[in-house]
Amino acid sequence: MNQPVIDLSPKVSDEVRKTTCYMCACRCGINVHMKDGKVAYIEGNKDHPVNQGVLCAKGSAGIMQVNAPSRLRKPLKRVGERGSGEFEEIEWDEALQIAADWLEPVRQTNPEKLAFFTGRDQSQSFTSFWAQNFGTPNYAAHGGFCSVNMAAAGIYTMGGAFWEFGQPDWDHTKLFMLFGVAEDHDSNPIKMGIGKIKARGARVIGVNPIRTGYNAVADDWVGITPGTDGLFILAMIHCLMKAGKIDLHYLAQYTNAPVLVINNPGGADHGLLMRDENGKELVIDRATGKLTPFDQPGVKPDLAATYEKDGQTHRPVFHQMAEMYLDDQYAPEAVAERCGIPAKRIRAIAAELARIAFGEAFTLDHAWTDFRGEKHDKMTGRPVSFHSMRGISAHANGFQTCRALHVLQIILGTVEVPGGFRFKPPYPKPATAHPKPHVGLTPGAPLNGPHLGFTHGPEDLALKDNGTPARIDKAFTWENPMSSHGLMHMVISNAYAGDPYKIDVLFMYMANMSWNSTMNTRGVIDMLTDKDENGEYVIPKIIYSDAYSSEMVAYSDLILPDTTYLERHDCISLLDRPICEADAAADAIRWPVIEPDRDVKGFQSMLCELGAKMKLPGFVNEDGSQKYADYGDYIVNHERRPGIGPLAGFRGENGDQAGRGAVNPKQLDQYIENGGFFVEHIPDGANYYKPWNMEYQEWAVTLGLYDKPTPYLFSLYVEPMRKFQLAAEGHGDRQPPDHLRERITSTMSPLPIWYSTEEDNHAADYPVTALTQRPMAMYHSWGSQNAWLRQLHGHNPLYLPTKLMRANTLSDGDWAKVTSPHGEITVPVLEMAALNENTVWTWNAIGKRKGAWALEEDAPEATRGFLLNHLIHELLPPKGDGLRWANSDPITGQAAWFDLKVRIEKAAAPDESQPGFAPIKSPVGTGPKDLTWKVGN
Amino acid sequence: MTTLPAKTEKKLGLVIDLDTCVGCHACVISCKGWNTENYGAPLSDQNAYGADNSGTFLNRVHSFEVQPEAADAAAQLIHFPKSCLHCEDAPCVTVCPTGASYKRVEDGIVLVNESDCIGCGLCAWACPYGARELDQAEGVMKKCTLCVDRIYNENLPEEDRQPACVRTCPAGARHFGDLGDENSEVSKLVAERGGMDLMPEQGTKPVNKYLPPRPKDEMPEFDVLAPFLEPVAEEPKGFLGWLDKTLEKL
Amino acid sequence: MHPAPSVIFFTTFSGLGFGLLFFLGLGFPAVTGWTAFAFFAIAYVMAVGGLMASTFHLGRPERAIKAFTQWRSSWLSREAWCAVGALMLMGLYGLGLVFFDSRWTAFGILGAGLSMATVFTTSMIYTQLKTIPRWNMKLTPLKFMSLSLAGGALLAGQVDAALVLLVIAGLVQLYAWVEGDKAFAGSGTDMASATGLGGIGKVRAFEPPHTGTNYLLCEFVHVIGRKHSQKLRVIALGLMTIVPIILLALPFSHIVGVLAIASHIAGVLTARWLFFAEAEHVVGLYYGKR
Repeated sequence: MNQPVIDLSPKVSDEVRKTTCYMCACRCGINVHMKDGKVAYIEGNKDHPVNQGVLCAKGSAGIMQVNAPSRLRKPLKRVGERGSGEFEEIEWDEALQIAADWLEPVRQTNPEKLAFFTGRDQSQSFTSFWAQNFGTPNYAAHGGFCSVNMAAAGIYTMGGAFWEFGQPDWDHTKLFMLFGVAEDHDSNPIKMGIGKIKARGARVIGVNPIRTGYNAVADDWVGITPGTDGLFILAMIHCLMKAGKIDLHYLAQYTNAPVLVINNPGGADHGLLMRDENGKELVIDRATGKLTPFDQPGVKPDLAATYEKDGQTHRPVFHQMAEMYLDDQYAPEAVAERCGIPAKRIRAIAAELARIAFGEAFTLDHAWTDFRGEKHDKMTGRPVSFHSMRGISAHANGFQTCRALHVLQIILGTVEVPGGFRFKPPYPKPATAHPKPHVGLTPGAPLNGPHLGFTHGPEDLALKDNGTPARIDKAFTWENPMSSHGLMHMVISNAYAGDPYKIDVLFMYMANMSWNSTMNTRGVIDMLTDKDENGEYVIPKIIYSDAYSSEMVAYSDLILPDTTYLERHDCISLLDRPICEADAAADAIRWPVIEPDRDVKGFQSMLCELGAKMKLPGFVNEDGSQKYADYGDYIVNHERRPGIGPLAGFRGENGDQAGRGAVNPKQLDQYIENGGFFVEHIPDGANYYKPWNMEYQEWAVTLGLYDKPTPYLFSLYVEPMRKFQLAAEGHGDRQPPDHLRERITSTMSPLPIWYSTEEDNHAADYPVTALTQRPMAMYHSWGSQNAWLRQLHGHNPLYLPTKLMRANTLSDGDWAKVTSPHGEITVPVLEMAALNENTVWTWNAIGKRKGAWALEEDAPEATRGFLLNHLIHELLPPKGDGLRWANSDPITGQAAWFDLKVRIEKAAAPDESQPGFAPIKSPVGTGPKDLTWKVGN
Repeated sequence: MTTLPAKTEKKLGLVIDLDTCVGCHACVISCKGWNTENYGAPLSDQNAYGADNSGTFLNRVHSFEVQPEAADAAAQLIHFPKSCLHCEDAPCVTVCPTGASYKRVEDGIVLVNESDCIGCGLCAWACPYGARELDQAEGVMKKCTLCVDRIYNENLPEEDRQPACVRTCPAGARHFGDLGDENSEVSKLVAERGGMDLMPEQGTKPVNKYLPPRPKDEMPEFDVLAPFLEPVAEEPKGFLGWLDKTLEKL
Repeated sequence: MHPAPSVIFFTTFSGLGFGLLFFLGLGFPAVTGWTAFAFFAIAYVMAVGGLMASTFHLGRPERAIKAFTQWRSSWLSREAWCAVGALMLMGLYGLGLVFFDSRWTAFGILGAGLSMATVFTTSMIYTQLKTIPRWNMKLTPLKFMSLSLAGGALLAGQVDAALVLLVIAGLVQLYAWVEGDKAFAGSGTDMASATGLGGIGKVRAFEPPHTGTNYLLCEFVHVIGRKHSQKLRVIALGLMTIVPIILLALPFSHIVGVLAIASHIAGVLTARWLFFAEAEHVVGLYYGKR
């Protein structure tokens, strides 16, 4: 045999540059292999805390994103009508001058006339700082239409939620239960975690109407009826409480279960927590039987004891929970049909949770001291963990459902314990340690504080003196009092309606609001293009920044082209949404591993320039000169508080301080040298029981996460919700409008409840739920322009369960008309058996507008691909009362994407998916026909 | 060379865990990236931004729905990555008229020597698994090389000397090793988990093995777990009584 | 399988050409001089034209010469050798007939043998493929060779032989269709064996690995309706055998002869189109297409 001689050790690359991926929101470390100064190959960084070397399809396809023909090349000024796609290329000087000319008068007269919303923005601490300096109250990112229910419910309940807030203890957990997760944030870590526990043979339970992805590998699949997760969870809570399979010690020590609730029917304090003069929650100490603040040394809070005063019996939270959840309305038999899960199965799952949490409890030999000063020589582990994201949160009952899930975690004693769910720094951090929303504006001056935050009662609402909403999106109003992330999906609709007021400039970043990032796509297009009686656009000026020729470009007046992720600085900051692990604090950077070959600027660098041009205080030196040359300069030199800046690593003059320290001019170089990230590990013994563990609390202070130790109790009972209820009952100065009183009273229960959203969505006439999922290879990734990824998902069928296929005599490849109370689409269908029998679904955001993304007009994305967005309205169907009811969670304002109800009928095959849209003119042309991609020799 | 070696020193191959693969396509794109830049011609794409777009990939992830027979059993979905199985009796090699296709004696990797390939496609016809794709730009046959230019590559750190698909797999569903060595980790996995061949009746003797999905939807019956949910009391009042008593014992 | 014109032309015309050469090699008809030249020219145009057509199927035709190297194991390589051998020997043999009025019998017989060997090796390229159960049977070489002989006899003007051979070829083709229709099911390869998941339950292809197309789908997956295929079978059989037989039974004239040949060629082309279009590759199972 004479085999060919092949080179087994070819040179891999000239150089490896380590940065952070931005093909989705997961923020993995990547090694960018360079040849001849070009990107040759991208792989995961093995040293990186997030992905430990692995990388998903999107990440590996980054090279096709960086070279995508859809990249914008130069600033653009609209010359045709909005929506025509007619632009002329202009120089940056002119572009920034136009922007400043539009914005400065707004700032000097009425800053609220600017709505500045960023989409998939990973620099919110920076963009909010800019907006705050500008002085507008109208700033948010996309959380409101994404997953604010999950984030807010987690923080209000236990000081953190899933994803960037926390993760399962993958090394110890024995049962992992997923709710409503397809592909999601934290994409690689979840896969790594599932792989890890599967390798050990641990059990995975997937609760999801659709059995794909993680739910496909789950050992048990619960094909629940969409929107009933909360009811299912409360039924399990019912079973566990009834059987006493709850962690009483944990509940007593670390939660507000033993805190006394004021019993004063009709009084302004009825239902509030009993507190001492310092505002500390009061409990009965089991040792002394006396009323005492919960945090005193040696106190053993009593879950059972009541307190008599002024002829009233004040009972602890736990009494109310028992009364509420032991009720037969939550018995498995009572919920089974509604949830689409047999009662027997609900019990079996509850029993399995109990068996593993209590039957397989274990201990770790870590000594620790709690906030009451009690020393423990070991840590009890309850190896049950949960994860959930948008699936349960994007419903109008999502906040309460997410709360219910956290309550389930807490009664099992599985939060912050070995084998359970653990927070990632800077979490745990209770809602009270977060800012409150600020809307105090002064023309020509910065806003009086951060825009977003957590309300703790009517006094924190963002209302003007006349009681009308202060924000364009009506966040923090009676319509959605706890809308911590704002409501991006309502901005255009409200601005168009002039409700609560008109705006002058809409400034957006990375938000495809005229296509897949909005509800009611057609309607929003009309709002963006509609003119008033004077022939002026109703939304007068639109500035948009994006790196790519997305559908939104055509609907903007001024385009400020951004760079790709390999051409820019970024920081994934502890001030924002960091990349920490449960065992470590960590942050990371992006840096320009290549220079742009187009006349584009990183959005944040551009804002540094624009901010200086308008003399925003945070962006100019005392002499009025530009303070930050670019975003990289800001990242290094900006200090939020003395010694605390965007990056926690390599601080101090020598770069040897972590967390706190003086500005280090070489900080970015040191990050690059370290692989683009920084990690500081939590000491053993401090890495569990963090909210109550003094060693952790002190470590967190050292690192600058807190200014002082902040131990707190988990809020099974969320008191601020009761405060809103009290207002709705007529107490207090700030009163809700009458039409909202009943809804506030019924939805804002301080203990989790479940309510149906079906009636609001006309389920009687539209009996089928329609959902979307993101494909793993495209999640959060703007993937259609990517020559490799679009081969995987170039068009999307509507998947129908077998029962609906038969009922409508449909076979694979047939077309169906899908109608919702709001609209109709006609799309191709395929059968799927592993699907809830009253649910249909499709991959999200595959459908593209002709002319966008540098695709040819006959691309399958534009001919067969489709969006469900056409069926979803930002408002609920009219109720006949003349009011605009948002299709959102009444507590947080989260967009209720997954409450969509439809009916299905067979349709003749049209030429293309319907509705069809006229092509828009591409400002970048179309891509090349064929690709043979290879750089270097 | 078109004849197969009587024996190879090693049987390098992949073990793919169908119980764990979540179908994310990470391996597909990582493979595309590495092999576009490395061994032989780049993997080209046609109509890259238009209709009927296609391209050469050496690894693709299918998915199958399986309906168990039991009446009330839920259908299952299985993600199914597939690339060259580096068969011991590789029919693609023996049909090759030019000797471009060969199986390496050292490790059993099946390769195409692209400079000898005339692009007749017969090897692809002979492969039951669809593991070979004729690159439309280069006109030669492309296939999984098991990253032969990674696994021995002295320019890579030791830990990276594995196929790109294995290195990148987020769920750890892909394993690489010598299936000819019964003490190797991959062989042990195959033995423990009942690793199987695809289309054994084709007589190709694939080296790559697939670990079958573990049984699904077999949550213990409630009877077994009943003690865990035995009520402590029927009424809330009774429950609070139980609470008092239990707290005493704490 | 994708019915590529190049391979349909190749197998049809090289079969006919080598069939004619077979008869010429054995001295039927015993022609010399310019008549011989005409017969040989037709045979070479068909055989060489067919072989040339096959190169259109190649990704890198300029390297076709390399196909001679693997005769020990590869049927395609053997075919190349046989074809070149047959063409060279028959060339020498023809040279004698045309220019020297001499019949070098040994060359003729050897050339005839290699001509049939070429057709056999061509058929074995398809027969050897276990991946395509419809082809993977002894009937495949029988079919190729009987057709080649029938067509050769027809072209060589051997009416009696042609009548018998056409009947045989027609029967073989019919039998091949009957057996071929059962072949996939009988191969033992199905969704269960392809995926190894049959133990869990009934397996159905769900999402394909890509929404667009690829080489495998273009090359191996060709869906043809059953009704359509039955119609084409009738046409193929009629044109290939029945019409020529009827025409041959008529009093002979050159026009009738040419018509019979034309009909036969059209029939073989149709049958060859079906040969590819109806052949299902097992890889289609992974795409839920067979």
